[in-house]
Amino acid sequence: MRHITQAFAVSLTAALTAAAFVPAAAHAQAIKIGVVTFLSGPAASPFGVPAKNAAELMIESLNAGKVPAPYATKGFGGTPVEAVIIDEAGSSTTQVTEFRNLVQRSNVDVVIGYVSSGNCLAVAPVAEELKKLTNFFDCGTPRIFEDGSYKYVFRTSPTATMDNVGAALYIKDIKPNLKTIAGINQNYAWGQDSWADFEASIKQLFPGVTVKTSQMPKLFAGQYNTEISTLLGENADVIHSSFFDGDLEALLLQGAPRGLFKKSMGVLTTGETAMHKLAAQIPDGTLLGARGPFGPYAPKNALNSWFVKGFEAKNKVPPNYASYQMTQAILGVKAAWEKAQAANGGKRPSNEQVAAALENLTFEGPGGTVRMAIGKGHQAIMETAYGMTKTVGGKITVTNVKRYAAEKVNPPEGVKSADWIKAGFK
Amino acid sequence: MEHIAAVLVDGIIYSAWLFIAAVGMTLIYGVMKIVNITHGSFYALGAYAAASLTGAWLAHGYPPMLSYAVLLAAAVVVTLVFAPLIERGLLRFMYAKDEVVILLITYALFLILEDTIKLVWGVDPYFIAEPYGLLGSFDIGSLSYPTYNLILVGLALASGIGLAWLLNRTRTGKLLRAVIHDPQVSSAMGVNVDRFYLVTFTCGSMLAAVGGAFTAPTVSVVPGLGVEVVVLSFAVVVIGGLGSLPGAALGAVIVGLVRSISIHYMPQVELFVIYFVMALVLAFRPRGLFSLAEARKI
Amino acid sequence: MRDRTHIALAALLLAVAAGGPFLPKWALFLLTIAVAKGLVALGLMLLLRAGLVSFGQALYYCLGAYSAGSIGRFFGIGDIFVQMALGAAVAALFAWLLGFLLARYRGIFFGLLSLALSMILYGLLVKNEAFGSTDGINVLPSTLFGIRPGEGALRYVVALAATSVAVIAALLVHRYMHTPQGALAPAIKDNEVRVEYMGASAQRAIHVIYVIAAALAGTGGALAATAVGHIDPDMAYWTQSGEFIFITILAGTGSALAPFLGAVIFGIIHTVAYDLSPNTWQMTLGISLLVVIVFLPDGLWSLFARSAKARGAA
Repeated sequence: MRHITQAFAVSLTAALTAAAFVPAAAHAQAIKIGVVTFLSGPAASPFGVPAKNAAELMIESLNAGKVPAPYATKGFGGTPVEAVIIDEAGSSTTQVTEFRNLVQRSNVDVVIGYVSSGNCLAVAPVAEELKKLTNFFDCGTPRIFEDGSYKYVFRTSPTATMDNVGAALYIKDIKPNLKTIAGINQNYAWGQDSWADFEASIKQLFPGVTVKTSQMPKLFAGQYNTEISTLLGENADVIHSSFFDGDLEALLLQGAPRGLFKKSMGVLTTGETAMHKLAAQIPDGTLLGARGPFGPYAPKNALNSWFVKGFEAKNKVPPNYASYQMTQAILGVKAAWEKAQAANGGKRPSNEQVAAALENLTFEGPGGTVRMAIGKGHQAIMETAYGMTKTVGGKITVTNVKRYAAEKVNPPEGVKSADWIKAGFK
Repeated sequence: MEHIAAVLVDGIIYSAWLFIAAVGMTLIYGVMKIVNITHGSFYALGAYAAASLTGAWLAHGYPPMLSYAVLLAAAVVVTLVFAPLIERGLLRFMYAKDEVVILLITYALFLILEDTIKLVWGVDPYFIAEPYGLLGSFDIGSLSYPTYNLILVGLALASGIGLAWLLNRTRTGKLLRAVIHDPQVSSAMGVNVDRFYLVTFTCGSMLAAVGGAFTAPTVSVVPGLGVEVVVLSFAVVVIGGLGSLPGAALGAVIVGLVRSISIHYMPQVELFVIYFVMALVLAFRPRGLFSLAEARKI
Repeated sequence: MRDRTHIALAALLLAVAAGGPFLPKWALFLLTIAVAKGLVALGLMLLLRAGLVSFGQALYYCLGAYSAGSIGRFFGIGDIFVQMALGAAVAALFAWLLGFLLARYRGIFFGLLSLALSMILYGLLVKNEAFGSTDGINVLPSTLFGIRPGEGALRYVVALAATSVAVIAALLVHRYMHTPQGALAPAIKDNEVRVEYMGASAQRAIHVIYVIAAALAGTGGALAATAVGHIDPDMAYWTQSGEFIFITILAGTGSALAPFLGAVIFGIIHTVAYDLSPNTWQMTLGISLLVVIVFLPDGLWSLFARSAKARGAA
């Protein structure tokens, strides 16, 4: 018995070691895309899995040549694409390790991924070191291209600055007599930055406004009764929240019976991910954001209606903004790849050539026009849209939608977003 | 005045929730000397089982008032499936090992159960909001609270008092205390120690599952639900004194009130207030507030 | 039995120095991270020999990492050895101060108090916007004696520097375990009262071990910071401490080499699980840990120890 167990343990270790050191297959014909997004943990359901589903749909449709114009060419410039999918959960050390493994062991040609801003910040310098084209599809912090300058790193989604400036502009349009604001945001970088941008923007637009309270509960705390009591007690005109996923859903579930967003107008900058699931808990007149012109705010065009139809047919739910952002990220790389391939005489372009083509590129996604206009041509800007919820016959819709042009809600090239807001959006 | 009342009510509601979530951990530690990480898994399992079972119950149009019984039943059923399996199938062979090694075993089980839950229920969230709003609400000044929160308080009191009665007033409780004191001698005296361990592990896990089940209507049931609960339960149980029932109650009340006060008056410090209390208590009472002196090894 | 640890350590360093250039770059990185974690596990092993388990060793790992990050950010220093030395010093200083409190604790309470302390550091860092809150900050690219190695050689240089430091640390720890002071640890675990009867102070011995363990964790943290190029508060979170204990138990306490072996195997299991089963890597990790605990109660190291014994007998 002892020998058998010993042998078993030894052979298990040996097998694992062998599996790890199998040399990667020689460069395959297909273009390999490393897709990194949350497959476990609380961020899997609102972001990770909808994004993964979008990636799978897009890769399948691209290889079949089924995507509408201007993306009708099969794969990337005629070459089929395949995905290597990795879980984003774990520390940034884990993510840096796995990024290196993707590039150096799995030999991917491009990496598209990362929801967490911390992971984006950690991976960016590594992508540069390894000279690997990397496109961040979701993470929000503007620090990536404000504090650093990269050749191989891109983000085809707008930053979080736009979400909060857009919300403030909308409030200016509909509530010119705003007196008081309050906030509840998660106590980590995303929540702190969102609140800082929102507070600064509101103070620019309404110089006399008072901040009643800013609640900062722990990330994934789940229990918000006490915070809700203080928010109800303060009775501010609007309550800002950048909560996402399970936390947002818990806040809505616990807030709805107590009339939280009925007394004060709710401003949910990422509320779109919860809108279909919790229609009953979101009162009419709540300001709902989708981090850009995505989901209910997406324009009506052939690409978008194809995308929504295809996504719903495959996944039984409509695509949320994470699905849009992933699609946009893939299409951006495809557009750049094909531009670079054309410039390269129809031959497979190098990473440097694709990166050069993606710089300052303008392309169409299902959410409309994307312009790589800031961060030295590496950071996208888009228009944004906000609207107020209205439940019609049990189905939640957005009304009174207002659109804000990209230049109105994003800083110009070379200006940091915090400075831009403080200078009165100039 | 109204503000102080709100602070108290918020604190009590949170304390009740904490107590339900944590009491199973102190029970298992008290009897079996296991710091049980799978506590978090059972909390999550309870929440998932409650969400799907109650969801199905309500979808079929059965009486919504009975959904509270369904929540409870879901927790009981899911524990009866997993807890005896884990205790009989694995843990009982490990009791001779070091406390820390058993902790690691439960950690390994926690990782396995985390993915098992994902395989069974997927990553999409489950909601059963109905039971939360069903009972209406009560008012404290201008603030309204869903009456459901009183169920949590009642459940906390019932489980606390029930356990205390069981331990101090029944024959089973006396035998159990004998097992706690000295499993070998108890065994020699004819007590079926094995069975006590099985029952304790199942009951402790069931309390965690009940905690999860009754939290389910107020949250979105998503992967990773159990992780936070593990550390929070640790903190509560440690403040009170590991293995002590009144300690867990006091720990829950202290943490609940301190947290409520900090949110109302100093929201900036809420993040680490619980660990601060834990470090402070341990610095002055190294074994927590309620703890029996342990015999020194000679 | 002749002690082969010195020879094994020298051979290890030689192997990395000679074999490094032929290893794929990702493997060099995996090795560097394993060495960083192995250093922390080495400290935990010392504590474990005295019967103590720290659930908060990430406190010192994180302190080391942030010390390394700070001198880069504020003084522009990116030298690997300076960073590691500073990380060790800062961690040791904090451990010396906290040691007065912690050295009085035993068993589960020692573990839980250290857990609480590391979570307080986590909370403080989350509130600190100068260090980027939870997003963390980037660390300067590594240099060696003021020279920045070329892109191609960078990973090799970092891995070699890491291995040298680890070999020195393992040597010192190995020596320490065989001093009268170091030999007290298992005695304290077995019976503290008798140790005191002998005239030795258990509390003092534990205080010393605690500081050594923290210095090792600080070194590991600084190394991880410079290798990864990024630091964030999660480095102090309890799950990180859990990972270190995982590695220590996986490895066993048989030798100063064991933690590094454990860290390498852990790294391999982790990355293979991510690669082969992105949806169920936690399960793979959990099952591997269970298999080791159940079938190899003394850790992976016991495989080597047994085969060495078998050779001796033959």
